[in-house]
Amino acid sequence: MPKVDRKLISKKAEIVASLKKILKAENILDHEDQTRPFETDALSAYKQKPLVVVFPENTQEVSKILSYCNQSRIKVVPRGAGTGLSGGSLPLEDSILLCLGKFNKIINIDFKNRCVVAQPGVTNLSITKAVEDHGFYYAPDPSSQIACSIGGNVAENSGGVHSLKYGTTTNNILGVEVVFMDGTISRLGGKTFDSEGYDLLGLITGSEGLLCVITEVTVKILKKPQTVKAALIGFSSIEDGGNCVSEIIASGIIPAGMEMMDKALIHATDDFVKAGYPRDAESMLIVELDGSESEVDELIEKVNSIAKKNKSTSIKISKNDKQRLKFWAGRKAAFPACGDMAPDYYCMDGTIPRGKLALVLKEIARLSKKYNLPVANAFHAGDGNLHPLIMYDANEKNSLERTEKFGADILKYCVKVGGVLTGEHGVGVEKRELMCEMFNNNDIQQQIKIKKALDASSLLNPGKVYPILRKCAEEGRIHVHRGKTKFPDIPRF
Amino acid sequence: MSIEEKQNSLTSQDSDSIEYPLNEKEVSSFIKKFYKSNFPVELIGTGSKKKIGKPLQCAKTLSLSKLNGIVEYLPEELYIKVKAATPIQKIEEELKKNKQQLAFEPIDFGNLLNGKSDYGTAAGQVACNISGPRRFKVGSVRDHLLGFRGVNGRGEIIKSGGVVVKNVTGYDLSKLMCGSYGTLAALTEVTFKVLPAPDAGNTLIIHNQKIETALYFLDKAISSSNDVSGAIFLPKEQDVTGFKMNIENTFKLNDLKQDGSITAIRVEGSKKSIEQRMKNLVNELKISNHNISILESLQSEIFWTKVKNLDFFLSTNNSIIRIVIPPSECVNLVYQMSNKFRYYLDWGGALMWMEAFELSEEMFESIRKKVVRLGGYVTMIKNSDYLPFVEDVFTINSDRFNISQNIKKSFDPKRILNPGKMYTGI
Repeated sequence: MPKVDRKLISKKAEIVASLKKILKAENILDHEDQTRPFETDALSAYKQKPLVVVFPENTQEVSKILSYCNQSRIKVVPRGAGTGLSGGSLPLEDSILLCLGKFNKIINIDFKNRCVVAQPGVTNLSITKAVEDHGFYYAPDPSSQIACSIGGNVAENSGGVHSLKYGTTTNNILGVEVVFMDGTISRLGGKTFDSEGYDLLGLITGSEGLLCVITEVTVKILKKPQTVKAALIGFSSIEDGGNCVSEIIASGIIPAGMEMMDKALIHATDDFVKAGYPRDAESMLIVELDGSESEVDELIEKVNSIAKKNKSTSIKISKNDKQRLKFWAGRKAAFPACGDMAPDYYCMDGTIPRGKLALVLKEIARLSKKYNLPVANAFHAGDGNLHPLIMYDANEKNSLERTEKFGADILKYCVKVGGVLTGEHGVGVEKRELMCEMFNNNDIQQQIKIKKALDASSLLNPGKVYPILRKCAEEGRIHVHRGKTKFPDIPRF
Repeated sequence: MSIEEKQNSLTSQDSDSIEYPLNEKEVSSFIKKFYKSNFPVELIGTGSKKKIGKPLQCAKTLSLSKLNGIVEYLPEELYIKVKAATPIQKIEEELKKNKQQLAFEPIDFGNLLNGKSDYGTAAGQVACNISGPRRFKVGSVRDHLLGFRGVNGRGEIIKSGGVVVKNVTGYDLSKLMCGSYGTLAALTEVTFKVLPAPDAGNTLIIHNQKIETALYFLDKAISSSNDVSGAIFLPKEQDVTGFKMNIENTFKLNDLKQDGSITAIRVEGSKKSIEQRMKNLVNELKISNHNISILESLQSEIFWTKVKNLDFFLSTNNSIIRIVIPPSECVNLVYQMSNKFRYYLDWGGALMWMEAFELSEEMFESIRKKVVRLGGYVTMIKNSDYLPFVEDVFTINSDRFNISQNIKKSFDPKRILNPGKMYTGI
């Protein structure tokens, strides 16, 4: 991480006093016991207590905090619900952790313009809950949707299982209100489609809290489809499952969701929730189709015959919503099921062209042997997003380091076959040093210049996304461990 | 533009100033050269949309027309990677062979702006980010650009994105490219997401409705589960001299009755599904007793192609304005318009295309004020003989201007790429 500013830490009392002029005292947490719960997000392998935690209550307060921090050169790490999996809201020792937890209200439900205006701390699922009685929903559904916040979704450009048909966060929001590091409050987009000039809304979506703090989000809502059905299909090999996925897409079908699991995960999840999965299968597909009733029936029939052609060993079609949700229950329990199998697991997140699946899974199996760590694979087959879950025991010596190396090797391979480092979890601190696998110096420097254009002193969420050493981009990957580098004095971005 | 730049511009306009780089490397060396010598440069493809935005005074023109060709098309992976100036028509023909399409419906601005059909190039579509009637359902160009390669204002080759739909690796610079009118980078390669083309598309037409009821129907149709992919209102105009917009002359379709205004709703998919959804729509909108008709596949396709390509306005010399607003505010805006305007509504009322007769700059700015107050924005798409130039073609506020200026600097510190095309100072 960036070099810790000890001088700044020594001024903690002064900083807290200044913050008290902006915020109510009860919204400032500065005692070690109070800041400890915020030392990590959902990437719990990394921990660091911040200097102070603040809970602003409105946009003006956010603006004042950022403006004060900008002038006083204090780093700020924004945090939503803390469910991020890449350490994007990992605090720095000399930073203020800015929590949006008090921004938890839905401001406006606008059926006429088919949108909802919400504060960033509102959870993803509660947006759907607020409009479902009118038959509407918000499409992106990351698996943490019960807890993750919509502001965090925008910061990470979260996806979910329906991304192929309905897009990710960036395709489903219309506008935001943001505060830049200098305290400027801006509205980007609104209730219209697209906006003129540079697509700043598109730029800040997925910028992982490095460019601005989000204080309001306007999301698009959609009418629920008339009919939704799912098919549960087993295969005797990964290849057959992969071929079936490719053929479904090539035949002109865009499923609402298409999920694939390998044998390890089929067993783990079936043990965990008794979802009725085909336990003898080497791979399993859940194909969900939605639309008008006749359309869904037609498509299910097509999927059925494509599956048979690709040597499926079992096919179950959901008869009702209850059964369909049961098909999903296993998939949605993939993480806790792995938690049941090993003391710790590490979830990776790469995206690959669908057709490369068998190749990539073979490589993962080889690496699993090499590192002597078991792995289970969940795959958003529709959009090519792969989540290998590496199981390890943190109490074993060097096991986290081995796991991280294993994970990094998987992601490098994803890039090698034409994919990307992260599909929906973000780069954060986790994949920072891998950015050079995908981008060269020019690419990274251009991105860093954009960062500087909006946050001149690089105070907002520093140490995330971009390699700490500028030289990294020129010399290939350099592993920086716990901030111990050979060249601590080289300027950081 | 600085004084020095302007001088350079004037000196070099005498010489042969169009360059035709053959590849990305050459684009980079040209721009590096221009960067060193402070030569502002205009980037063009086929020039189909050159007239949108402010006219440029540049020392050099860089035609990307030689960067033409499909690099990689994998139908089962749902993407096509092309060189920047690959004609959109060529891409669409290739996709058609595999029953796929660019779902954002690229618009042919050639006829309107230059009197000759021209869909322009892949990069041109990206640079302008203006999408057709399906936008409210599937998104615009920005939602279909998966990745790009290009050259920034320092002559450096940069890239962002990839070939997959789910990608959060680094900032999403593809979004910034969309609608930047070549002011940030010279694109050299773009990758579009492609989607299966529907088997068929039918159009339900409700005749002779007033704007209020038309918008009610469109809203209800889009807010239903019937997966509507087109929703427009074409009002019946009074004959007033000076206007060219004419619905009756535009559509000569056997099954289209000429009976007052047209409220049209498109449904696409398999034949069976269309049939069911059409039935649902008629029931849900309670219009079985209304004056309605249905255009089947071929006629429906012709209908929407004409709508998309702004065929109503083709022979006009009047100003053409594009207004995007929240659909709920659309009626409000129409009420505030004088008889100097003709319009039609797309995207269920979220988009208004307008023909303006004898439009003055003050009138244009007064429309902009009204639209901005209602939460929308305005673009001058075509200047008229009456008003050949407007100062502010696009809408922006001071906050966003400042941010945009910083973003521009980060890509193009000397402002050599299409300077002033969008906004003075950017």
